Amino acid sequence: MNQRPPSVESATAPRSRFAGCGLLVPGLLWTTLFCLLPMVVVLAVSFATRGTYGGVLWEFSLDNYRDLLHPLYGRIFGQSLLLAGMTTGLCLAMGFPLAYYIARMPPRRQALWLIFIMIPFWTNFLVRTYAWIFILRTEGLLNTVLIQLHLISTPLDLLYSNEAVLVGLVYGYLPFMVLPLYAAIERVDPALIEAAWDLYADRWSLFHRVLVPLTKPGIIAGCVLVFIPSLGSFLTPDLLGGARSMMVGNLIQHEYLVARDWPLGSALSLVLMLMVMGSLLWYLKAQEPPAGERGGQ
Amino acid sequence: MRGPGIWLRGISGFGLAFLYLPIVVLVVFSFNASRLSAVWQEFSWHWYGVLWHDEALLAATANSLWVAALSTGLVVLLGLPAAMGLERLRGRGRRSLETIFLLPLVLPEVMMGVALLLFFVMIRWPLSLATVVIGHAAFNLPVIIVMVRARLQKLDPRLEEAARDLGASAWQTFHRVTWPLVRPAVLGAALLAFTISLDDFIVTFFVAGPGSTTLPLRVYSMIKSGLSPEINALSSVLVLSSMGLVGLSLLFQRR
Repeated sequence: MNQRPPSVESATAPRSRFAGCGLLVPGLLWTTLFCLLPMVVVLAVSFATRGTYGGVLWEFSLDNYRDLLHPLYGRIFGQSLLLAGMTTGLCLAMGFPLAYYIARMPPRRQALWLIFIMIPFWTNFLVRTYAWIFILRTEGLLNTVLIQLHLISTPLDLLYSNEAVLVGLVYGYLPFMVLPLYAAIERVDPALIEAAWDLYADRWSLFHRVLVPLTKPGIIAGCVLVFIPSLGSFLTPDLLGGARSMMVGNLIQHEYLVARDWPLGSALSLVLMLMVMGSLLWYLKAQEPPAGERGGQ
Repeated sequence: MRGPGIWLRGISGFGLAFLYLPIVVLVVFSFNASRLSAVWQEFSWHWYGVLWHDEALLAATANSLWVAALSTGLVVLLGLPAAMGLERLRGRGRRSLETIFLLPLVLPEVMMGVALLLFFVMIRWPLSLATVVIGHAAFNLPVIIVMVRARLQKLDPRLEEAARDLGASAWQTFHRVTWPLVRPAVLGAALLAFTISLDDFIVTFFVAGPGSTTLPLRVYSMIKSGLSPEINALSSVLVLSSMGLVGLSLLFQRR
């Protein structure tokens, strides 16, 4: 593009610039109408009042945000943050060795293992969650096997607990952790690892003095990619947690579809969005120094 | 160079088993004759037969396929020009438009669902299969834009310029030069959008009206209303079909 003679530039540039704008119009209209505008509606409704029979009364109030301070909501937000944080930690603990193992394989086998990591990720999320119900419920596979092996006499209560939700979340989002970690570890010069070994580093110092500093952007990317969907998850706590372990997503759904308190539901979803955007901004900031655009996901 | 130690192999093996055992178990037990689904009785195709005669399920599948096809068509028509337009922009405008287009990728799905629900209620648009199509097209648009742009960025801009210099109109340039070059990426992206649409539960859950049950909604209500080995059979079919679709998508992108 840069080597073109100036005369040609002036002949085509203005035309293609306008053409570019025209091309953007339909997509931009669509996104504005069905993404931006709905968000503006949510924002507006979050400052409105609930009607007697559900619905929205357009009377300005801050009550919905004041209601959020209620300890019950605080507990659910806290529980969501805790579960999302633990999911992220467990995914990192399991994903890092896995990604390291894959990155140190011969290239052909790397590709195969990466496809293996991807396949569950592309499997229907409902199906993957159902698999855990099938395994964990009272008459489920795990209890059946344990009873047949005479390890337990009465079935354990495994499903509908925070632990079940945690397992489901880790299961659902582990691939999100492994892929960026793999990309980061794969770029580390093997000579550096060799050097660490030669200098009598043990495994732990190799990990936290060599690998962690070199793969930090990948670690942060993986953590954010796991944390964000875990925090906003609805299906996993709904199916594996039941009433005992609600997360913000379930609370929002409850306010909208069951309690029909749309203003409160809107305030809740905006707070969730702010939390997500916050972690995203932190991620973008952490990614900045090593330069270069890291577009999309 | 040292080979991987036992602990590394151990954790990696455990990770892979953790990812696959649940799926394998589901598929194995879909061939179980017993109604008490976690106790193995004998091999049978019975539950696949039940699946095939489940009218509600077949109707939901048809709905899902329609929604996926229509929303994918829509996002390709909107996304391809948008991706090309973004590539032609420079500077600040490009960055801010990128942010707007990519927003649905980072929004929590629940947020997207309630926002659309609220919006449709406010403008008094009755919830139906059409609102589901719109919802899916809203979250799939960035998928197409990201994937097509990745391809466009690799193209040599001189090809289009040469065509224009030789007197081709904008449409001719697109039709004869750009389109053949981006077609594999568009097909791959479209297949991916189709798969995501087929699998979507949350947005659909909020914006589907009565009578517009899609396959995931049906699966959800089956799970909620008590388990039956039929769900295992259905799951196996879904696992196999999404693997097939993703395989195809990878194949297209590689070319």
